[in-house]
Amino acid sequence: MILVGELPLWIALLMCAWSVTLSYAGGAMRRADLIASGERGLYAGFGFIVLASAGLWTALITSDFSLRYVASFTSANLPFVYRISAFWGGQAGSMLFWCLILAGYSALATWTNRRSVRELMPWVTGTSALVLLFFVATTALASNPFERLEWVPADGRGLNPQLQNPAMAIHPPMLYLGYVATAIPFAFAIAALVTRRLDAEWLGAVRRWALVSWVFLTLGIVLGMWWAYVELGWGGYWMWDPVENASLLPWLTGTAFLHSIMIQEKRGMLRKWNVTLVVATFMLSVLGTFITRSGVIQSVHSFAQSAVGNWFAAFMILALAATVWLVSVRLKDLESQAQLEAMISREAAFLYNNLVLVGIAFSVLWGTLFPIISEAVRGSKITVGESFFNSVNVPLGLLLLALTGIGPLIAWRRASVGNIQRQFAAPAALGLITGAALFVLGIHKLYPLMTWTLSAFVTGTILQEFHKGVGARRKMYGENPVVALGRLVARNRRRYGGYVVHAGIVMLFAAFAGMAFKLEYDITLADGESYSAKDPYGRQWTFTNEGLSEFKALNREVTAIALRPTIDGKALPLITSEKRQHFDSRGNPTFQPSTEVGILVRNDMDVYVVLAGVVRNKAEIRVNFNPLVVWVWHGGVIMALGGLIVMWPQSEKRRKQGGYVAALAPAAEVATA
Amino acid sequence: MQPRIKFLLGGAVVLGAAGVLMVGSIKDTAVYFLTPAELQAKVVADPGIRETGVKIGARVVHGSVERDSSGKRVVFDVTDGKATYKVDYRGLIPDTFSDSVDVVVEGRLGADGVFHATTLLAKCASRYEAAPKGYKPEMRAAYKAAGQAAPASTPSAAPTAPAAKPPE
Repeated sequence: MILVGELPLWIALLMCAWSVTLSYAGGAMRRADLIASGERGLYAGFGFIVLASAGLWTALITSDFSLRYVASFTSANLPFVYRISAFWGGQAGSMLFWCLILAGYSALATWTNRRSVRELMPWVTGTSALVLLFFVATTALASNPFERLEWVPADGRGLNPQLQNPAMAIHPPMLYLGYVATAIPFAFAIAALVTRRLDAEWLGAVRRWALVSWVFLTLGIVLGMWWAYVELGWGGYWMWDPVENASLLPWLTGTAFLHSIMIQEKRGMLRKWNVTLVVATFMLSVLGTFITRSGVIQSVHSFAQSAVGNWFAAFMILALAATVWLVSVRLKDLESQAQLEAMISREAAFLYNNLVLVGIAFSVLWGTLFPIISEAVRGSKITVGESFFNSVNVPLGLLLLALTGIGPLIAWRRASVGNIQRQFAAPAALGLITGAALFVLGIHKLYPLMTWTLSAFVTGTILQEFHKGVGARRKMYGENPVVALGRLVARNRRRYGGYVVHAGIVMLFAAFAGMAFKLEYDITLADGESYSAKDPYGRQWTFTNEGLSEFKALNREVTAIALRPTIDGKALPLITSEKRQHFDSRGNPTFQPSTEVGILVRNDMDVYVVLAGVVRNKAEIRVNFNPLVVWVWHGGVIMALGGLIVMWPQSEKRRKQGGYVAALAPAAEVATA
Repeated sequence: MQPRIKFLLGGAVVLGAAGVLMVGSIKDTAVYFLTPAELQAKVVADPGIRETGVKIGARVVHGSVERDSSGKRVVFDVTDGKATYKVDYRGLIPDTFSDSVDVVVEGRLGADGVFHATTLLAKCASRYEAAPKGYKPEMRAAYKAAGQAAPASTPSAAPTAPAAKPPE
């Protein structure tokens, strides 16, 4: 069974090498037969990686403990779902998973574009095969999941209880699907540089892949936040940990790219910048994997050092050097076709959006790598804390939020006073009224107040856009509002999908600001005792200990507490929090005890309860009031939905008829009039 | 003035402000990250280090963990193989903390020679495999129980000899 897995991995390695050589040779010599052979090599490589993955999955499901990987991450009594997800529970499996996704993406990109952008394709195929070659080689040589043990243990160690969580079963695949998708735009960028076809053509194919990556990264990041929140028990969802930052970095540059690409499409500007962003996004994805895998930086989500680190470092240096060289010999082809005409214009708003996003990415990267940098420069490791990231990124984030409202509404090229009044009067009024109302209600913290004021402003701009669009359709076609809204979105997916994404972002920002008001109580309660506490809204809560209990379940022993909360005297559903000790199939304890957090989810705030321990039958409990947390999850889902709307395929003809291009014309006219 | 220049000026203002914020907050939040041996050297060179907070990255000494049943206090030794410190941590103990894992503790070295920690981060060794040739010491008990011989080629990755791999 092992051979069925391992042998294909080595064959896949050869297939990738074949595909790289033949595709590049075919591209350079313009020989269709070589190009076709290179493509087939990639498809074959994909097939063999699928086979290798099937082999590992079979070993995991059938509990073949002769494999180190299976023995390390599963046990005989592990539920079926977590045997499947153990595939990416450890390093070697994760590497194979990377290969599987990358091979699938590469094959798909080659297959779907083989006719449309023929000139570029051999270079795209060759470059993605080259990246794949690196990952397959690293898997096979430095981190092989098919490594055998010299003896066969009776049972495996089991999967860490913290990973036995539905979110953790799908969070890594989402993140990987996002990370890996950045390789395809990178391959296209290299192909465009090599063939000197740097017009908007290559951007068409790249945009869709950048969106795929963006949607998966968004889902992956939000799921990761959710997992950290419900599983780690420290009461928050983001702590600027290196591994969290690593997932945020490509998201930031990818978001910047999705905006700046519009400027190149419309105005032929920013061509160097777009190539840079595509390459940076891919490099940051690899860096993210490198940080998670190499142990160069301390992290809670950590791991010991492994040999894989050097492979990644070498890969990043080589890829970066190759790209810098390619860009430098193609500088002439990357000249801008137009100039910025006015500061008050959509181009300028988008440029600032890019500047801020990249600025945030830079500060996050700087803070994350600071221990390494300081050690290199000053000889001692110095770390920066959460407040570094917050003090830099909160102001930048607010600027970004303001631009979210301004960018989509301001005219291209040069906005007139009329344009600005018409577009921004109502939203600005909404923002100011909201801000004033909140101030009167007693919210005097500067950043949250600004966040909510700007959130109201951006919400105003989005509602106004939908209102105008629906109104126009009703007038023109006499449709009822629901039909008009549906068609409006369906016919202008990029534009209105983008607004949906923005609505999600606004929701996220508004929710983040809520955490500025979180409260924390440490409580000791015997059975039947109660404790009262005030929440951030000034309401009185009491928590009554309804009793500690101990019981056995599936693969664990549980100590649980039930708390009866009341708010201003009204009783609410019980909140339970547990301490769990997991066992293997022969009753030996595995892992340290794990905590199950109890969360009472409400629209205005979460009540977050952690059972820390029990002393002489008294429960030690921590209670957090976390305002607005549920809106983080809603916002994340809305963002991903918006991304899907933007991504949904639409025929070219329809797009031109209904949409994005036409809608801009009137604004530009007004601007020049 | 050309719009391009204006934009660049505006950009410079934004990035400049961000830069000032970055530099300022690095000064405010920067914390030394040391191994126990480095801390020992630092204390000798500059006794004032006791007053400022530092972070230590090290491995928990096997068998040294004394948990308080409240789950809010734990005392243990950390070592990098060269120097050892007793750590007294008060706060919620993360699930990932256990005997002989790598930890990062932040706090102050007291006059009593005990490191009083206010934050405790533990790396869960099981989530990502250690160095590939490593051998999980916890497995030994399981194999013995199963009546199997532990592997002969047991490398010295036992928790008492962490010097082989000093944590970052």
